[in-house]
Amino acid sequence: MQEAMIAKAKAMLADGTVDRVIGWKRGEFWYDITPAVFETAEEIDRDLVFDDFTAANVSKYLIKECVKGGGRILVFLKPCDTYSFNQLLKEHRIDRGMIYVVGIECYGKIDPDKIRNRGITGVKSAVNDCGTLKIETVYGTETMPAYEVMAERCLSCKSKKHVVYDELIGEDGEVTDSDRFDMVEKLENMTAQERFDFWRGELSKCIRCNACRDVCPACTCEHCVFDNDKSGIANKAPFSDFEENNFHIIRAFHVAGRCTDCGECSRVCPQNIPLHLLNRKFIKDINSLYGEYQAGADTDSRAPLTDYTQDDCEPSVVHERGVE
Amino acid sequence: MLRIKLDRIDELLAAIAKAQTLYLPVDRSDGQAEFRKWTEGARLSNALNTVRSAKDFFFPQTEKLMEFKTEGKKIEVVDTREDCEDFVIFGVRACDARSFEILDKVYLVDPVDTFYKNRRDHATVVTMACDRPAETCFCHAYGIDMTEPGGDVTCYKQGGYLYVNANTDKGTRLVETVASLLEDGDTAELEKAKAQTKEIYAQLPLAKLSMDNFGGDKMDEYFNSPKWKELSEACLGCGTCTFICPTCQCFDIQDFNTGHGIKRYRCWDSCMYSEFTKTAGGQPRPSQLERFRQRFMHKLVYFPANNEGEFGCVGCGRCLVKCPISMNIVKVMKALEEK
Repeated sequence: MQEAMIAKAKAMLADGTVDRVIGWKRGEFWYDITPAVFETAEEIDRDLVFDDFTAANVSKYLIKECVKGGGRILVFLKPCDTYSFNQLLKEHRIDRGMIYVVGIECYGKIDPDKIRNRGITGVKSAVNDCGTLKIETVYGTETMPAYEVMAERCLSCKSKKHVVYDELIGEDGEVTDSDRFDMVEKLENMTAQERFDFWRGELSKCIRCNACRDVCPACTCEHCVFDNDKSGIANKAPFSDFEENNFHIIRAFHVAGRCTDCGECSRVCPQNIPLHLLNRKFIKDINSLYGEYQAGADTDSRAPLTDYTQDDCEPSVVHERGVE
Repeated sequence: MLRIKLDRIDELLAAIAKAQTLYLPVDRSDGQAEFRKWTEGARLSNALNTVRSAKDFFFPQTEKLMEFKTEGKKIEVVDTREDCEDFVIFGVRACDARSFEILDKVYLVDPVDTFYKNRRDHATVVTMACDRPAETCFCHAYGIDMTEPGGDVTCYKQGGYLYVNANTDKGTRLVETVASLLEDGDTAELEKAKAQTKEIYAQLPLAKLSMDNFGGDKMDEYFNSPKWKELSEACLGCGTCTFICPTCQCFDIQDFNTGHGIKRYRCWDSCMYSEFTKTAGGQPRPSQLERFRQRFMHKLVYFPANNEGEFGCVGCGRCLVKCPISMNIVKVMKALEEK
C-alpha cells in the first residue's frame, strides 16, 4: 500500500496535476507519525509512511491548504476520513476543485496506549506480520494479535467504504454492521445518578488542552468563542470544577448532526476521556428521532437538525424522555 | 541503607499518611497513572510517569489570587490565601524532581512568588529511582541520573525491597517518623541493579541525544531557521504539550465576574494558544509558526541564556507520548541540527 501511495504521489507531482501531497510522515519511533504536506519527490521517498500507526485523520488540514491557494492538492484518505471530507465540503470549508482524493484501504489502526497499558516499554520496533504484532523491546520480544491492541474506534468501525474519491488504491469496502452504540446504550440504561457520576469522573480528568476541539474536523470556527477574549466566555482554564464538564457537553451540542464519528477527539485526549461517546449519543438520538442519518455520507442531503419537515418529532418527546 | 520489604509498602504509606497528607501516583481504570491523595487501600503505581507531571503540587493549573466584592461604589479586596499544611509527594521520578529546580529559578527569584514558595516550603519530596526506562526517555541529556533521582528522600526498588535514603533535613525528619518499619540492609545488589538499568538505558533510541548544539548562544542560528515552517505545519495549536510538561511555567491572570464582584485567579497559559501574550498592541506571534517556535526556543535557547545554561526541559518524554500529531522537542532538535 505504502509503495503504491509513494508512486502515485510522485507521479502526480511530476506531471503537475498537483503541487502538494497530504499524508503521513515517519517519526523517531515505531508509532509517532505526523501528518505532513509533501512538496517534493525526495521528501515523499524519504518520509511518506502508511502503516498500522497512521491513525490521524488528515482531512481537516485541507482547510488551511485550500486557503493558501496555489495548485491542486493530493490527499490520501482512509474510509472514515472520507466522511469528514464530505462534511467539510457540505459546509463549504474546502474547495473540491482544488483537491484530488486518493482513497486508501484501511484495516484499522493500532492504539499505542493499549500496548503501553500492557506494561510494554522500551520499544525498538513493531512489525505486523499478517495480523500478529511482533514488538522488539530492550526488555525482550512480545507478540500479540494486532486486533487486541487495535484502537477502540477501529474495533467498532462504522464503514470501510470510501464515500468520496477520485481514485482508489486497494479495494473499497462496505458500510459495516457496527456495534458502536453498545456503550451508549449501556450509559442510557444507567440511573441518572450513575450516568452523572460516570461523566463527572471522566470529564473531571480534562486538562483543558483543547486538543479534542483543535483536531475535530467539525470544529472549524475561525475563532472559537472560548479563545475569543471579546466573547465574554473565553477561558484558558476551568475556574470552577464544573466548567470543563460544561465545555465538552456544549461542544458535543455544537457538532451534533455534523459529527461523522471519526473518533479523533478520543484518540488525541491525553487523559483518555471517551469523548466520542457524547457525540455518539447525539448520533443515536438523531437516528431514532429523525431517521437514520450519517453525517458525511453524502454532500447534498439536508441534515436533520437544519431541516424542517412536518414529521419532525415534537420537542416534548425529547423533554419527556429526560424525566425519570 | 534502610529498607522495607516491598510487600509491606502499604504499611509504610499508611504510616506516612498518618503523619502528613500524602500524595502518590496511582493507576486509573484507563490504564494511566495520576497523583492522588492517599486513602485507605491506595496502591502505589508502577507506571514510569503520571500523565500530569508533579509540578501541579507547586504550580497548580488554577489558583485563586484574590477577590473583589462590590456594593454600590464600595469595593472590598478580600485576601483568599489559605494556610498550607505540610505534605509529602511520594514516587516522584528523577525528571520531575529536576523540574522543581527549574521552576524554582522562575518562581523563587526576586520577586519571590509567595504562593509557590509557600507550597515548596511545606512539601517533602520523596523520589523513586527508575528501573524500567522507556524509549521516550532522554533525561541523561540534561545530566539527570534516573537511578539517583534526589529529592528530600530517595527510594529504590530492588530484589523485593524498597530502599529508603534521606538526603535533606526534611527528608531525615520524615524517615524518622517511619523508622520503626525500616531495617538496615546491604546495598551491593542495589548498586548492581542500578548499573544494569543504565546499561538498558544505553540501548534506548534516544540514549545518544546530546544538547551540545543548543544553549543561550544559539539565538541567531535557530530563530530564523527555515525548518520552523515544516516543523510547525501540522501543529494543532492545542495545549497538550505545555500542560503535561513538568517545566512549562507560563501563566495568565484572569478575572471571573461573579455579577457582584470579581474573582481573580491565575491559570496555566500555553504559548500554543492564539491569545498567548496578546496585549492591547496586538498579538506578537500571529501564526502558529511563531507560537510553536516560541515553545522550543524558550526551552532550548532563551531559558539557558537566562539561567546559567540550564535547559527548560528534563527529558521526561511526556510530550513524545501525548502530542496528538507526534511533533515534539526531540524532532525539533534533530531537525534544527541538520544543516
